[in-house]
Amino acid sequence: MPSSSETPVRPGPETPAAGPPLAPAPLTRGTAPAAAAEAAGWQPRIIAFCCQYCAYSAADMAGSMRLQYPPEVEIVLLPCTGRFDVILALKAFERGADGVYVAGCLEGNCHFLDGNVRARKRVGLLKKELAAVGFEPERVEMYNLSASQGPRFAEIAREFTRRVSGLGPSPAGGGGQGGL
Amino acid sequence: MIIAERKPLDEITGFIAGAGKVLVAGCRGCVTVCNAGGTKEVEILASLLRLDAAKDGRGLAVDEITLERQCDPEYVEELSGPLGKGYDAVLSMACSIGPQFIARRYPAQAVYPALNTCFMGGALEHGVWAEHCQACGNCVIHLFGGFCPISRCSKSLLNGPCGGSAGGKCEVSKDIDCVWHLIVEKLSAAGGLEKFMGIELVKDWKTSRDGGPRRIAREDLLK
Repeated sequence: MPSSSETPVRPGPETPAAGPPLAPAPLTRGTAPAAAAEAAGWQPRIIAFCCQYCAYSAADMAGSMRLQYPPEVEIVLLPCTGRFDVILALKAFERGADGVYVAGCLEGNCHFLDGNVRARKRVGLLKKELAAVGFEPERVEMYNLSASQGPRFAEIAREFTRRVSGLGPSPAGGGGQGGL
Repeated sequence: MIIAERKPLDEITGFIAGAGKVLVAGCRGCVTVCNAGGTKEVEILASLLRLDAAKDGRGLAVDEITLERQCDPEYVEELSGPLGKGYDAVLSMACSIGPQFIARRYPAQAVYPALNTCFMGGALEHGVWAEHCQACGNCVIHLFGGFCPISRCSKSLLNGPCGGSAGGKCEVSKDIDCVWHLIVEKLSAAGGLEKFMGIELVKDWKTSRDGGPRRIAREDLLK
Protein backbone atom coordinates (compact mmCIF):
# COMPACT_ATOMS: atom_id res chain seq x y z
CA MET A 1 0.00 0.00 0.00
CA PRO A 2 1.30 3.43 -0.75
CA SER A 3 1.89 5.94 1.95
CA SER A 4 2.50 9.64 1.81
CA SER A 5 6.17 9.04 2.59
CA GLU A 6 6.57 7.09 -0.66
CA THR A 7 5.75 10.06 -2.87
CA PRO A 8 7.51 13.09 -1.46
CA VAL A 9 6.89 16.55 -2.74
CA ARG A 10 9.94 17.93 -4.45
CA PRO A 11 10.17 21.50 -3.28
CA GLY A 12 11.16 24.18 -5.70
CA PRO A 13 13.90 26.65 -4.88
CA GLU A 14 13.18 28.73 -1.82
CA THR A 15 10.31 31.08 -2.47
CA PRO A 16 11.53 34.56 -3.16
CA ALA A 17 9.78 37.39 -1.41
CA ALA A 18 6.74 38.59 -3.28
CA GLY A 19 6.74 42.17 -4.48
CA PRO A 20 10.12 43.43 -5.55
CA PRO A 21 11.80 41.84 -8.54
CA LEU A 22 13.90 38.72 -7.93
CA ALA A 23 16.87 40.15 -9.65
CA PRO A 24 17.91 43.49 -11.04
CA ALA A 25 15.26 44.69 -13.47
CA PRO A 26 15.50 42.41 -16.46
CA LEU A 27 17.04 43.96 -19.51
CA THR A 28 15.39 43.14 -22.75
CA ARG A 29 17.28 42.25 -25.88
CA GLY A 30 18.89 44.90 -27.93
CA THR A 31 22.16 46.68 -28.13
CA ALA A 32 21.42 49.54 -25.80
CA PRO A 33 20.29 47.54 -22.74
CA ALA A 34 23.04 44.98 -23.31
CA ALA A 35 25.59 47.75 -23.53
CA ALA A 36 24.15 49.30 -20.38
CA ALA A 37 24.40 45.97 -18.59
CA GLU A 38 27.99 45.48 -19.68
CA ALA A 39 28.80 49.00 -18.57
CA ALA A 40 27.32 48.06 -15.18
CA GLY A 41 29.79 45.18 -14.97
CA TRP A 42 27.57 42.39 -16.25
CA GLN A 43 29.34 39.48 -17.85
CA PRO A 44 27.33 36.75 -19.54
CA ARG A 45 27.37 33.31 -18.01
CA ILE A 46 27.29 30.63 -20.67
CA ILE A 47 26.98 26.88 -20.21
CA ALA A 48 28.29 24.64 -22.99
CA PHE A 49 27.18 21.02 -22.92
CA CYS A 50 29.96 19.21 -24.78
CA CYS A 51 30.18 15.65 -26.03
CA GLN A 52 33.31 13.88 -24.78
CA TYR A 53 34.03 12.42 -28.22
CA CYS A 54 34.20 15.70 -30.10
CA ALA A 55 33.58 19.15 -28.59
CA TYR A 56 35.18 18.33 -25.25
CA SER A 57 38.26 16.96 -27.00
CA ALA A 58 38.22 19.96 -29.31
CA ALA A 59 38.27 22.18 -26.22
CA ASP A 60 41.33 20.26 -25.05
CA MET A 61 42.94 20.85 -28.39
CA ALA A 62 42.09 24.55 -28.26
CA GLY A 63 43.84 24.64 -24.90
CA SER A 64 46.88 22.76 -26.25
CA MET A 65 47.04 25.20 -29.14
CA ARG A 66 46.88 28.12 -26.68
CA LEU A 67 43.83 29.48 -28.46
CA GLN A 68 41.93 32.19 -26.66
CA TYR A 69 38.21 31.87 -26.06
CA PRO A 70 35.91 33.71 -23.65
CA PRO A 71 36.24 32.71 -20.01
CA GLU A 72 32.47 33.18 -19.63
CA VAL A 73 31.94 29.77 -21.26
CA GLU A 74 31.67 26.98 -18.70
CA ILE A 75 31.91 23.47 -20.11
CA VAL A 76 29.80 20.56 -18.91
CA LEU A 77 31.03 17.16 -20.08
CA LEU A 78 28.43 14.82 -21.56
CA PRO A 79 29.07 11.22 -22.60
CA CYS A 80 27.17 12.08 -25.81
CA THR A 81 24.88 14.99 -26.68
CA GLY A 82 22.13 12.35 -26.72
CA ARG A 83 22.29 12.80 -22.95
CA PHE A 84 21.26 16.43 -23.33
CA ASP A 85 17.74 17.21 -22.27
CA VAL A 86 15.57 20.31 -22.14
CA ILE A 87 15.54 20.23 -18.35
CA LEU A 88 19.35 20.56 -18.16
CA ALA A 89 19.20 23.90 -19.97
CA LEU A 90 16.14 25.10 -18.03
CA LYS A 91 17.93 24.37 -14.75
CA ALA A 92 20.94 26.29 -16.04
CA PHE A 93 18.73 29.32 -16.76
CA GLU A 94 17.05 28.95 -13.37
CA ARG A 95 20.48 29.15 -11.78
CA GLY A 96 21.59 32.25 -13.60
CA ALA A 97 22.85 31.25 -17.02
CA ASP A 98 22.40 33.78 -19.83
CA GLY A 99 22.94 31.32 -22.65
CA VAL A 100 23.30 27.61 -23.24
CA TYR A 101 24.74 25.74 -26.17
CA VAL A 102 25.17 22.10 -27.01
CA ALA A 103 28.17 20.95 -29.01
CA GLY A 104 28.13 17.48 -30.51
CA CYS A 105 29.76 15.45 -33.23
CA LEU A 106 29.33 16.17 -36.92
CA GLU A 107 26.11 14.63 -38.17
CA GLY A 108 26.72 11.07 -39.25
CA ASN A 109 29.69 10.73 -36.90
CA CYS A 110 27.96 10.25 -33.54
CA HIS A 111 29.65 7.51 -31.48
CA PHE A 112 26.14 6.39 -30.52
CA LEU A 113 24.76 6.78 -34.05
CA ASP A 114 22.21 9.57 -33.59
CA GLY A 115 22.70 11.22 -30.21
CA ASN A 116 23.65 14.52 -31.89
CA VAL A 117 20.55 14.42 -34.12
CA ARG A 118 18.35 13.85 -31.08
CA ALA A 119 20.09 16.71 -29.28
CA ARG A 120 19.39 19.05 -32.19
CA LYS A 121 15.69 18.23 -31.99
CA ARG A 122 15.69 18.82 -28.24
CA VAL A 123 17.38 22.19 -28.74
CA GLY A 124 14.60 22.99 -31.22
CA LEU A 125 11.97 22.14 -28.61
CA LEU A 126 13.89 24.14 -26.00
CA LYS A 127 13.82 27.24 -28.24
CA LYS A 128 10.03 26.98 -28.49
CA GLU A 129 9.59 26.44 -24.75
CA LEU A 130 11.80 29.41 -23.91
CA ALA A 131 10.02 31.63 -26.42
CA ALA A 132 6.72 30.71 -24.75
CA VAL A 133 7.94 32.19 -21.47
CA GLY A 134 9.38 35.31 -23.09
CA PHE A 135 13.03 34.29 -23.48
CA GLU A 136 14.86 34.88 -26.72
CA PRO A 137 15.29 31.51 -28.45
CA GLU A 138 18.71 32.70 -29.62
CA ARG A 139 19.93 32.09 -26.08
CA VAL A 140 20.26 28.41 -26.96
CA GLU A 141 22.00 26.81 -29.91
CA MET A 142 23.26 23.51 -31.24
CA TYR A 143 26.69 23.18 -32.86
CA ASN A 144 28.44 20.29 -34.53
CA LEU A 145 32.21 19.83 -34.75
CA SER A 146 34.84 17.13 -34.61
CA ALA A 147 37.52 16.42 -32.02
CA SER A 148 40.19 17.77 -34.37
CA GLN A 149 38.56 21.20 -34.66
CA GLY A 150 40.15 23.06 -31.77
CA PRO A 151 40.07 26.40 -33.64
CA ARG A 152 36.40 25.85 -34.48
CA PHE A 153 35.65 25.23 -30.80
CA ALA A 154 37.20 28.57 -29.89
CA GLU A 155 35.35 30.26 -32.77
CA ILE A 156 32.00 28.84 -31.57
CA ALA A 157 32.69 30.00 -28.02
CA ARG A 158 33.48 33.53 -29.26
CA GLU A 159 30.53 33.63 -31.65
CA PHE A 160 28.00 32.49 -29.05
CA THR A 161 29.41 34.77 -26.35
CA ARG A 162 29.09 37.73 -28.74
CA ARG A 163 25.51 36.74 -29.46
CA VAL A 164 24.53 36.48 -25.78
CA SER A 165 26.39 39.69 -24.94
CA GLY A 166 24.27 41.38 -27.57
CA LEU A 167 21.09 40.00 -26.08
CA GLY A 168 21.96 41.20 -22.59
CA PRO A 169 21.23 39.46 -19.29
CA SER A 170 18.76 36.60 -19.16
CA PRO A 171 15.18 37.79 -18.59
CA ALA A 172 15.32 35.77 -15.33
CA GLY A 173 18.30 37.72 -14.07
CA GLY A 174 21.34 36.10 -15.57
CA GLY A 175 25.01 36.77 -15.14
CA GLY A 176 25.06 33.98 -12.60
CA GLN A 177 23.60 36.48 -10.14
CA GLY A 178 19.88 36.22 -10.75
CA GLY A 179 19.50 32.51 -10.17
CA LEU A 180 16.38 31.40 -8.39
CA MET B 1 -3.49 3.94 -23.10
CA ILE B 2 -4.84 7.44 -22.78
CA ILE B 3 -2.89 9.89 -24.92
CA ALA B 4 -2.59 13.49 -23.78
CA GLU B 5 -0.50 16.56 -24.53
CA ARG B 6 0.40 19.62 -22.53
CA LYS B 7 -1.81 22.66 -22.86
CA PRO B 8 -0.26 25.79 -24.35
CA LEU B 9 1.92 27.45 -21.75
CA ASP B 10 0.03 30.75 -21.80
CA GLU B 11 -3.19 28.91 -20.92
CA ILE B 12 -1.44 27.28 -17.94
CA THR B 13 0.12 30.53 -16.76
CA GLY B 14 -3.34 32.10 -17.07
CA PHE B 15 -4.70 29.50 -14.64
CA ILE B 16 -2.18 30.45 -11.98
CA ALA B 17 -2.09 34.21 -12.48
CA GLY B 18 -1.91 35.75 -9.03
CA ALA B 19 -0.89 32.51 -7.32
CA GLY B 20 2.12 32.55 -5.00
CA LYS B 21 2.50 28.82 -4.39
CA VAL B 22 1.75 26.09 -6.89
CA LEU B 23 2.01 22.30 -6.86
CA VAL B 24 2.60 20.56 -10.20
CA ALA B 25 1.31 17.00 -9.88
CA GLY B 26 2.25 14.33 -12.40
CA CYS B 27 1.02 10.78 -12.91
CA ARG B 28 3.07 7.63 -13.51
CA GLY B 29 0.33 6.03 -15.60
CA CYS B 30 -0.51 6.55 -19.26
CA VAL B 31 0.73 10.14 -19.41
CA THR B 32 4.21 9.07 -18.35
CA VAL B 33 4.32 6.56 -21.21
CA CYS B 34 3.14 9.14 -23.75
CA ASN B 35 5.63 11.72 -22.41
CA ALA B 36 2.99 14.25 -21.42
CA GLY B 37 2.74 14.24 -17.63
CA GLY B 38 5.35 12.06 -15.91
CA THR B 39 8.11 13.10 -13.53
CA LYS B 40 10.20 14.56 -16.33
CA GLU B 41 7.39 16.65 -17.79
CA VAL B 42 6.48 17.86 -14.28
CA GLU B 43 10.06 19.02 -13.83
CA ILE B 44 10.06 20.86 -17.16
CA LEU B 45 6.72 22.61 -16.56
CA ALA B 46 7.75 23.61 -13.03
CA SER B 47 10.99 25.05 -14.34
CA LEU B 48 9.25 27.01 -17.10
CA LEU B 49 6.77 28.46 -14.60
CA ARG B 50 9.62 29.57 -12.34
CA LEU B 51 11.44 31.21 -15.25
CA ASP B 52 8.25 32.92 -16.38
CA ALA B 53 7.68 34.30 -12.90
CA ALA B 54 11.30 35.37 -12.50
CA LYS B 55 11.14 37.20 -15.83
CA ASP B 56 8.21 39.25 -14.53
CA GLY B 57 9.74 39.69 -11.09
CA ARG B 58 6.92 37.74 -9.47
CA GLY B 59 7.43 35.63 -6.37
CA LEU B 60 6.25 32.14 -7.23
CA ALA B 61 7.08 28.88 -5.46
CA VAL B 62 6.56 25.79 -7.57
CA ASP B 63 6.78 22.35 -5.97
CA GLU B 64 6.64 19.03 -7.77
CA ILE B 65 5.11 15.63 -7.07
CA THR B 66 4.31 12.62 -9.22
CA LEU B 67 1.73 10.11 -8.02
CA GLU B 68 1.57 6.47 -9.00
CA ARG B 69 -1.83 7.15 -10.54
CA GLN B 70 -4.28 10.02 -10.21
CA CYS B 71 -7.27 7.92 -11.25
CA ASP B 72 -7.20 5.91 -8.02
CA PRO B 73 -8.34 7.30 -4.65
CA GLU B 74 -5.64 5.47 -2.70
CA TYR B 75 -2.92 7.40 -4.53
CA VAL B 76 -4.80 10.71 -4.63
CA GLU B 77 -4.92 10.37 -0.84
CA GLU B 78 -1.15 10.88 -0.82
CA LEU B 79 -1.79 14.56 -1.55
CA SER B 80 -3.52 15.06 1.80
CA GLY B 81 -0.22 15.92 3.52
CA PRO B 82 1.24 18.21 0.86
CA LEU B 83 -2.03 20.05 0.27
CA GLY B 84 -2.11 20.97 3.96
CA LYS B 85 0.77 23.34 3.17
CA GLY B 86 -1.53 25.79 1.47
CA TYR B 87 -1.07 25.71 -2.27
CA ASP B 88 -2.92 28.40 -4.20
CA ALA B 89 -3.28 26.02 -7.13
CA VAL B 90 -2.62 22.44 -8.16
CA LEU B 91 -1.71 21.89 -11.80
CA SER B 92 -2.51 18.28 -12.60
CA MET B 93 -0.48 16.73 -15.38
CA ALA B 94 -2.63 13.59 -15.47
CA CYS B 95 -5.37 12.95 -18.00
CA SER B 96 -8.58 14.78 -17.12
CA ILE B 97 -9.49 12.05 -14.65
CA GLY B 98 -6.67 13.17 -12.34
CA PRO B 99 -7.81 16.76 -11.73
CA GLN B 100 -11.39 15.51 -11.34
CA PHE B 101 -10.37 13.05 -8.64
CA ILE B 102 -8.24 15.67 -6.87
CA ALA B 103 -11.05 18.24 -7.05
CA ARG B 104 -13.52 15.75 -5.60
CA ARG B 105 -11.23 14.61 -2.77
CA TYR B 106 -10.09 18.15 -1.87
CA PRO B 107 -13.15 20.37 -2.44
CA ALA B 108 -11.53 23.56 -1.20
CA GLN B 109 -8.45 23.20 -3.38
CA ALA B 110 -8.18 25.01 -6.72
CA VAL B 111 -7.20 22.39 -9.31
CA TYR B 112 -6.44 22.96 -12.98
CA PRO B 113 -5.74 20.58 -15.88
CA ALA B 114 -2.31 21.16 -17.38
CA LEU B 115 -2.94 18.61 -20.13
CA ASN B 116 -5.47 18.15 -22.87
CA THR B 117 -6.69 14.56 -22.87
CA CYS B 118 -6.76 13.59 -26.53
CA PHE B 119 -7.69 9.97 -27.21
CA MET B 120 -7.15 6.28 -26.51
CA GLY B 121 -4.41 4.95 -28.70
CA GLY B 122 -0.97 3.49 -29.08
CA ALA B 123 2.50 4.48 -30.25
CA LEU B 124 3.05 3.99 -33.99
CA GLU B 125 6.71 4.80 -33.38
CA HIS B 126 8.62 6.71 -30.74
CA GLY B 127 6.96 10.12 -30.58
CA VAL B 128 3.90 9.32 -32.70
CA TRP B 129 0.59 8.20 -31.24
CA ALA B 130 -2.66 7.43 -33.01
CA GLU B 131 -6.23 6.81 -31.94
CA HIS B 132 -7.20 3.14 -31.97
CA CYS B 133 -10.27 2.87 -29.73
CA GLN B 134 -13.34 4.92 -29.00
CA ALA B 135 -14.55 2.80 -26.03
CA CYS B 136 -17.86 1.96 -27.69
CA GLY B 137 -18.34 -0.72 -25.05
CA ASN B 138 -18.93 -3.60 -27.48
CA CYS B 139 -15.74 -4.53 -29.33
CA VAL B 140 -16.21 -5.69 -32.91
CA ILE B 141 -12.68 -5.60 -34.31
CA HIS B 142 -12.73 -9.39 -34.91
CA LEU B 143 -15.27 -8.74 -37.67
CA PHE B 144 -12.91 -6.33 -39.42
CA GLY B 145 -9.61 -8.17 -39.57
CA GLY B 146 -8.42 -6.71 -36.29
CA PHE B 147 -8.98 -3.08 -37.30
CA CYS B 148 -11.44 -0.79 -35.58
CA PRO B 149 -13.62 1.07 -38.10
CA ILE B 150 -15.38 2.94 -35.30
CA SER B 151 -12.29 4.78 -34.06
CA ARG B 152 -10.13 4.68 -37.17
CA CYS B 153 -12.66 5.57 -39.88
CA SER B 154 -13.36 9.31 -39.89
CA LYS B 155 -17.05 8.51 -40.34
CA SER B 156 -17.07 5.36 -38.16
CA LEU B 157 -18.50 3.50 -41.13
CA LEU B 158 -19.31 -0.18 -40.61
CA ASN B 159 -20.02 -0.78 -44.32
CA GLY B 160 -17.21 1.20 -45.84
CA PRO B 161 -15.20 2.47 -47.51
CA CYS B 162 -16.74 5.74 -48.58
CA GLY B 163 -15.92 7.72 -51.71
CA GLY B 164 -13.28 9.70 -49.87
CA SER B 165 -10.81 6.81 -49.82
CA ALA B 166 -7.97 7.32 -52.30
CA GLY B 167 -4.61 5.59 -52.47
CA GLY B 168 -5.15 4.05 -49.05
CA LYS B 169 -5.61 7.44 -47.41
CA CYS B 170 -8.63 9.19 -45.98
CA GLU B 171 -9.78 12.43 -47.60
CA VAL B 172 -9.75 14.10 -44.20
CA SER B 173 -5.94 14.03 -44.05
CA LYS B 174 -3.05 12.39 -45.85
CA ASP B 175 -1.80 11.36 -42.41
CA ILE B 176 -4.88 9.19 -41.83
CA ASP B 177 -4.89 5.71 -43.29
CA CYS B 178 -8.26 4.67 -44.71
CA VAL B 179 -9.03 1.88 -42.26
CA TRP B 180 -11.38 0.30 -44.78
CA HIS B 181 -8.50 0.07 -47.23
CA LEU B 182 -6.54 -1.76 -44.50
CA ILE B 183 -9.48 -4.02 -43.71
CA VAL B 184 -9.99 -5.02 -47.34
CA GLU B 185 -6.25 -5.59 -47.85
CA LYS B 186 -6.03 -7.71 -44.72
CA LEU B 187 -9.08 -9.83 -45.44
CA SER B 188 -8.11 -10.23 -49.10
CA ALA B 189 -4.83 -11.77 -47.97
CA ALA B 190 -6.11 -13.69 -44.97
CA GLY B 191 -9.52 -14.66 -46.29
CA GLY B 192 -12.92 -13.62 -45.04
CA LEU B 193 -13.67 -10.75 -47.41
CA GLU B 194 -16.77 -12.55 -48.67
CA LYS B 195 -18.60 -11.87 -45.41
CA PHE B 196 -18.80 -8.22 -46.42
CA MET B 197 -21.14 -9.19 -49.23
CA GLY B 198 -23.84 -8.83 -46.60
CA ILE B 199 -24.72 -5.63 -44.85
CA GLU B 200 -23.54 -5.08 -41.29
CA LEU B 201 -26.54 -4.43 -39.11
CA VAL B 202 -26.89 -1.11 -37.39
CA LYS B 203 -24.70 -1.06 -34.29
CA ASP B 204 -26.37 -0.89 -30.93
CA TRP B 205 -24.76 2.18 -29.38
CA LYS B 206 -26.34 1.86 -25.96
CA THR B 207 -23.05 0.53 -24.56
CA SER B 208 -21.33 3.67 -25.79
CA ARG B 209 -21.91 7.24 -24.63
CA ASP B 210 -25.49 7.11 -25.83
CA GLY B 211 -26.33 5.32 -22.58
CA GLY B 212 -25.01 8.21 -20.48
CA PRO B 213 -21.86 8.12 -18.31
CA ARG B 214 -20.79 4.51 -17.89
CA ARG B 215 -19.91 2.58 -14.78
CA ILE B 216 -18.68 -0.93 -14.03
CA ALA B 217 -19.15 -2.51 -10.60
CA ARG B 218 -17.44 -5.84 -9.93
CA GLU B 219 -19.28 -7.66 -7.14
CA ASP B 220 -16.27 -9.90 -6.50
CA LEU B 221 -14.06 -6.88 -5.82
CA LEU B 222 -16.46 -4.81 -3.78
CA LYS B 223 -16.09 -4.79 -0.01
